[in-house]
Order: sequence, then structure tokens, then C-alpha cells
Amino acid sequence: MTRVLELSGITKRFGATLANDAVSLHLERGEIVALLGENGAGKTTLMSILFGHYTADAGTVRVEGEVLPPGHPRAAIRAGVGMVHQHFALAANLTVLDNVMTGTEPLWRLRSDRSGARARLAALAERFGLRVDPDARVSDLSVGERQRVEILKALYNDASILILDEPTAVLTTQEAERLFATLRDMAAKGLSLIFISHKLHEVMSASDRVVVLRGGRVVAERATRETSREELAELMVGRAVDRPVRPPATPGPVLLQARDVAVAGKGGASLKGVDFALRAGETLGIIGVSGNGQTTLAEVVSGVLAPAAGTLTVRGAPLASGVRAAIAAGIGRIPEDRHAEGVLGDMTTWENVVLERIWSPEFSRRGVVRRGAARAAAARILGDYDVRGAQVDGRVRLLSGGNMQKLILGRVLEAAPDILVAAQPSRGLDEGAIAGVHRRLIEARARGAGVLLISEDLDEVIALADRIRAIVGGRLSPAIPAERADARLLGLMMAGDWRAAEGIAAGAEGEAHAL
Amino acid sequence: MSVLLDILASVGLWEAVLRIATPLILGTLGVLLCERVGVLNLGIEGIMAFGAMIGWLTVYSGGDLWAGIAAAAACGAAFGLLHALMTVPLGLSQHVTGLGITLFASSVAYYIFRLAVPTASSPPTVEPFRPLPVPMLSDIPFFGPVLFTQTAPTYLALVLVAILAFVLYRTPLGLAIRMTGENPHAVEAQGIDPILVRIGTIMAGSALMGVAGAFLTLAAFNSFFPTMVQGRGWICIALVVFALWRPGRALLGAVLFAFFDAFQLRLQTAVDGVPYQLFLMLPYLLSILALVVMAQRARVPQALMQPYRRGER
Repeated sequence: MTRVLELSGITKRFGATLANDAVSLHLERGEIVALLGENGAGKTTLMSILFGHYTADAGTVRVEGEVLPPGHPRAAIRAGVGMVHQHFALAANLTVLDNVMTGTEPLWRLRSDRSGARARLAALAERFGLRVDPDARVSDLSVGERQRVEILKALYNDASILILDEPTAVLTTQEAERLFATLRDMAAKGLSLIFISHKLHEVMSASDRVVVLRGGRVVAERATRETSREELAELMVGRAVDRPVRPPATPGPVLLQARDVAVAGKGGASLKGVDFALRAGETLGIIGVSGNGQTTLAEVVSGVLAPAAGTLTVRGAPLASGVRAAIAAGIGRIPEDRHAEGVLGDMTTWENVVLERIWSPEFSRRGVVRRGAARAAAARILGDYDVRGAQVDGRVRLLSGGNMQKLILGRVLEAAPDILVAAQPSRGLDEGAIAGVHRRLIEARARGAGVLLISEDLDEVIALADRIRAIVGGRLSPAIPAERADARLLGLMMAGDWRAAEGIAAGAEGEAHAL
Repeated sequence: MSVLLDILASVGLWEAVLRIATPLILGTLGVLLCERVGVLNLGIEGIMAFGAMIGWLTVYSGGDLWAGIAAAAACGAAFGLLHALMTVPLGLSQHVTGLGITLFASSVAYYIFRLAVPTASSPPTVEPFRPLPVPMLSDIPFFGPVLFTQTAPTYLALVLVAILAFVLYRTPLGLAIRMTGENPHAVEAQGIDPILVRIGTIMAGSALMGVAGAFLTLAAFNSFFPTMVQGRGWICIALVVFALWRPGRALLGAVLFAFFDAFQLRLQTAVDGVPYQLFLMLPYLLSILALVVMAQRARVPQALMQPYRRGER
């Protein structure tokens, strides 16, 4: 084996925090290394140093034995290092070919060789099975296709070492599986890859070797086949993490009832004939492949969208339309996209905390905000929900995903809602943060709230929900009790095959009558 | 009705169109360059005023006409550099900086003018660019005088439209410029410094604005007075949106606006009983209407007015 990349003693300090502390890492030809660590462990900083976005305070990067000059992305590209960013570095208004070609020719050349570039891109796409239309506008592509363009960009620059920063963060399960198949194929063709992740299952299934980073240091290195998920979880978090277990509960009266709710929408955004009941003290899990109406369902229940047909009742009374009415009826929501809908990044923590309830007498009087009360509430939430790195007067944008989610949870649960709509509540969070979110959702249920959990993470739904339904093409499957759920059955339900689920649902109903 | 047709049929109207359009073409190309790289440049109104003054002053103090144009371009680029330094590395508000530059540049222009000509009651004149008939082509009836009997800077503006379109769409530099206006992070990731691309492009665009101003004093008129830009800079800002950030459409927009302007000038004298201010308003009204229609389809550069800070998203 030949060593293609070696980082030694990389140290980087941001102000008072030590993001990387004497980190050493190497990569052999044809190998896939997973860089595992929680958010904030220093994974992205390390890779940014390798790629020249940041300059390290100490340490060297060697590619094929040659030391890379620090702070020059250009030098990294020339040495054959390609980076696939987590937030794609693409221009949405330009074509795939434009995006791939940028910076690949001398700037002062009088004319671009577009036909040559097109042929080369087509050859690369063919060789690695990354099919994409070179003349399509990036804005017209799906997320998976955009990622293919990012990878092609790196390959077009003759990358032999590919770094992928949380490549599956925005992909559906199917897209992620396809991506890892492609990566394995690339490794077999002689490329060397590092992918950054905090998802244990993909690290276990896709890598040859795992390097675990915690608090800016390498804490362990394992050959993937000689380790286990449990060991990696413990290494990553620094202690054994157990996702909390849902205690049994007896559901109370029906809090929220949807009857024949329909919403017209484009593509996967419509709902058809949706019926469900949510009882006090229970969690109803909604699973499904993304784009089957989950987002719309969450928006209807939280008052963002009004149903075109059908009724929603809360404790028997019809729910007036509008978010404000929904909040007044005791519905709290954890939105799917926390950056876009959950918080206003450039406003302060306390403003974000009180925004949903600004008209309540607690936070405003005669049209004037009660800043003292608002800031006290914010300070209380920061403490109670262990939101780290936040200040009452600081901008929310600066928080990590996990801490932002804790803040949102705190804001919603502080109001003690009877009904909680949690849409993808742990998406993009690391193990420690997920366990925290789950604990809070279980607490809300124990308090007697009804939780509508909409999630693509099957493990999460099985762990938290009492009953599970699948959403397919805007319709809800029959509900099955979580005890009867297994991967095969849930897979069938998400695929729209509801025969088995119907049988179980009928059986469960029979049992309920027998009791 | 026949009055309108008479005006439309007169060669004089059509001759005037390209002349009136020239500063708009140059200015619009300048704004277009700046916005394509992601920076709004509201300094145009002042940069045009300064270009008009410095172009005139250069010729008035004995310089060649082309030296006047060059001086205007150089001063435009210098104001562009000022705007770029404030908005790109420092990331200050592009609106405020641009308006500040407009106020600053127009005041300095008037100040320098007053230093050069302290007392004259009527502004001193220079010998401007003369129409330069293109051999053979200028003899074609109607089209000859309309298209091929213009001044040299007008031809220059038309050639620049083609050059700029080629650079933007056919060269690696143009791709880097467009990419910087869409996503500077992507440019950085490909090893190009988006900050340098922005500064350079803003300077080039502002140089064009300077030349647009110089055209007013060196070809359209033959003297300088402080109010002569008369909102042409603002029109260019609107024309860029109308043009959907494309050079060819910028030419179309400028010519269209110039046509309305030339038309209303003739209406003022031809129609009695209507206050002339109404006609004065006409081109602006029509451009707002055109803007409303065109802006529906606009594909705004995604990073327009977003400062780029390395390592921050």
C-alpha cells in the first residue's frame, strides 16, 4: 500500500477554543477512511486545513510525500485533493458544465474550450457512473444530482484524494446507499477517500478504517471490521450513550382529530383523505420516504396551511386557521427545517425565544415588549435545556445544529403545549444531541401531551412512537402498534403495501374491544 | 395622429436614438458587470458626473478627445476601487456606500470644475467628437445616417456590447465573474480568490460608467454643467434588471429608452395644449412598465449584495 496523504500534528486554535489538537491522520491508496465525531469535534476544521481554507497553527499536510503549502486551496487542488462540501459550493443559476469548468482553465485564456470540457465531463460521468446532464441548470437538479455535480467537479480537477464532508446529511436513504456504492467503486478504481460523518451505521457499512475525533483530538483508530457500532458510539461521545426508552403509557382522551383532510399541492406536497386521532399521553409516529406529504401534514396541523377539505378538531372544537390560532389551541411545533423556519438567525436568542408568543401578556403589554420578562425566559431556557454556546443577547446563527434544536425545544416545551408536532426533530444531530431530544419528547408525552412525530428515521420512530402510520402519496396507512413494527413491515408500509398493516390494525382494534 | 407618424418617419428622430442611447449603453454595461460579480454599484450617478467633468477638463486644458475618455475611465476605475474596497473586503452596506460615492463624486466634480473655471457665467465649451460616417455604409438611405453617421464613442459602445458578451459567456474569466456573482464560495473552492475577482470587475464596470459620463461632455454636448447626468445613472440601474443581466438585452433596453426620450422631445414641440412635463415623464413611465413585465422573468445573480467572508456561510 502507498500512503497518499499524511497529516501530522495539526493544531488549530479559534480564540479560546482548540479546534484541532495535534491531530495526525493518514490515508492509503484505494482506502475509504471515515472521520467520525460529534458536531464540534473538529472534523470540518481539520478537512478545511487540509484543503487550504484555513491555515493551521502547527503541523504539516503531505500529499504523496510532498508538503502542501498551507492556506492555498489552489495548491491542494493541484496536488489532487478534491473536496465535496456539505453545503454544496455550486451556483444554482449556472449550468452543470459552467460549475464544473470554473477555475479549471487559465483565467486570461481568450476562449474557453467548452466542447473539450463537455467531452471530458461525459467521459468522467461514464467512468464513475455519475450520470448528469451537462446543460441542466443546477437549480433544476435534485439534491442527489447536485452532489454528483460536486463529486464530478473534484474528479474533473484530477482529484485522486476525495474528501466528503457529511455527504449524506441532505440525502434520502436511497440516495445515500447509491452514493456509498459509487464511493466503493471509486476506491476500487484507485481513488482514496475520506468521509466525515457522525452516523454510525454508514461508517460501519462504508468505510475500511475509522478515525474517531473528540474534542479536537484523535481518540481512537479502528479497522472497521474489528469494531462495533456500540464501541464507536462510546468512543465518539466519550461515555456510553443510550437513547432513552419509552415507558408504557395509557393514552387519554382524543386531543387532535383529523377527518378527511385534503390539501392540493404540487408533486409530493398534497394530502388526500387524511384521518387520524391523537390522544393525550401518546406518540403517533408518521414514517415515509421524503416528499410524500410529511411537510404538508406538519404545516396543516401547525396552522401554516389551511386544509382545502376536511376538518381538524382540537378536543372536539374546530381549529380556526392560522398559526396564531394553532398556538392558542395549545399546538406547539418543532419545524422540519430549523434554519429556515425554526429560528431567525440574525436575531438574538431572547427575540427568538419569545417570537411565537410575543402577544401573550407575559411578554408584551399595551404593544410594548417586556424585555425583562423575555430575557429572563430566554435565560431560563438556556439553562434548563443546556443550550451551549448561546447568550441571551447573542445571535442564534452562531449556534450549532444541536444547540439550536435544544433552543427550539425549550421554546416550544416551555409553553407546555397539549399537542406537539415534531417534524424530523433529530435530523442532522449527533448521537448525544439525539438522545437529549428523545428524552424531551418522552417527557412531554409523560406529562400528558399528544406528540405527532413525523420522521424518516425508523429507529427513532420505533423507539418513541406508540402507534406508527406511514404516509405515501399524501395518504396515511392504517396504524400499527410500535411493538409489532419491524424493518420489513415498515418498509412495506412506506412502499404503499398496506395489506399486512391492515391485518395488524384490525387485530389491534379487536384486542382493544376485547379489553 | 399624423403628427406622431411624421415624427416617426423623420430621420432626425432615429439619428438621435443611438446618440442618446450611448451613455445609457456604457453605463448599463458598467452596472451589469458590477452586479454580475455580486455587487450593487449605486455610485454610477456620481461616477458619471465625475467622468463628464474630468473628460471635459482634460480636453479644455489642451488634451486630446481620447485622452479625455481615458481620463474618465481611469477616474471611474478609481471610484470603483473605493467602492470595491468598502463593500468587498470590508463588507459594508452596498446601498449606503454607493449612494455615498454618488454624493461624494458629484460634489468633488463640481468643486474641481469651479476651481478650473472660477468665474465664467456660461460654461466654456470644447470641440466635441464629430460624427464619423462609415465609408460606403453611410450612403445607404435612412440606415446610413441613422446607424453609420455616429460619433466614434458610439461605435465603441456598440463594439463593447459584443466584447462584453463574449468575455462573459465564452472565456474562463467571464465564467469566474458570473460564478462569483452566483456563489463566491464555489469560486474559492476552485482555487480562485473571489475578492480579487470582485475588486477587478467593479473597477472595470466603474471605468465604463466614467466613460458614459465623458460621452455627455465630449460628444452629446460640448460643455460641463453640474446637473447634466440627470438621473441617467439610475436609469442604467433599472435597465440592468430590464436586461436580465445580459449585455445584448442591455443594448436593446438602452435603445428602447433612448427612442422614447427622442420621441417625447419631438412631441413637446409638435403637440400644443399639453404641458411638456407630461411628455418628459413618458420615457420613465414606459420604462417602469417594461421593467414590471421583464422583471417577472429575472434571474437575479444569487450572491448579489451578499458580502463574502472567507470561511463563513
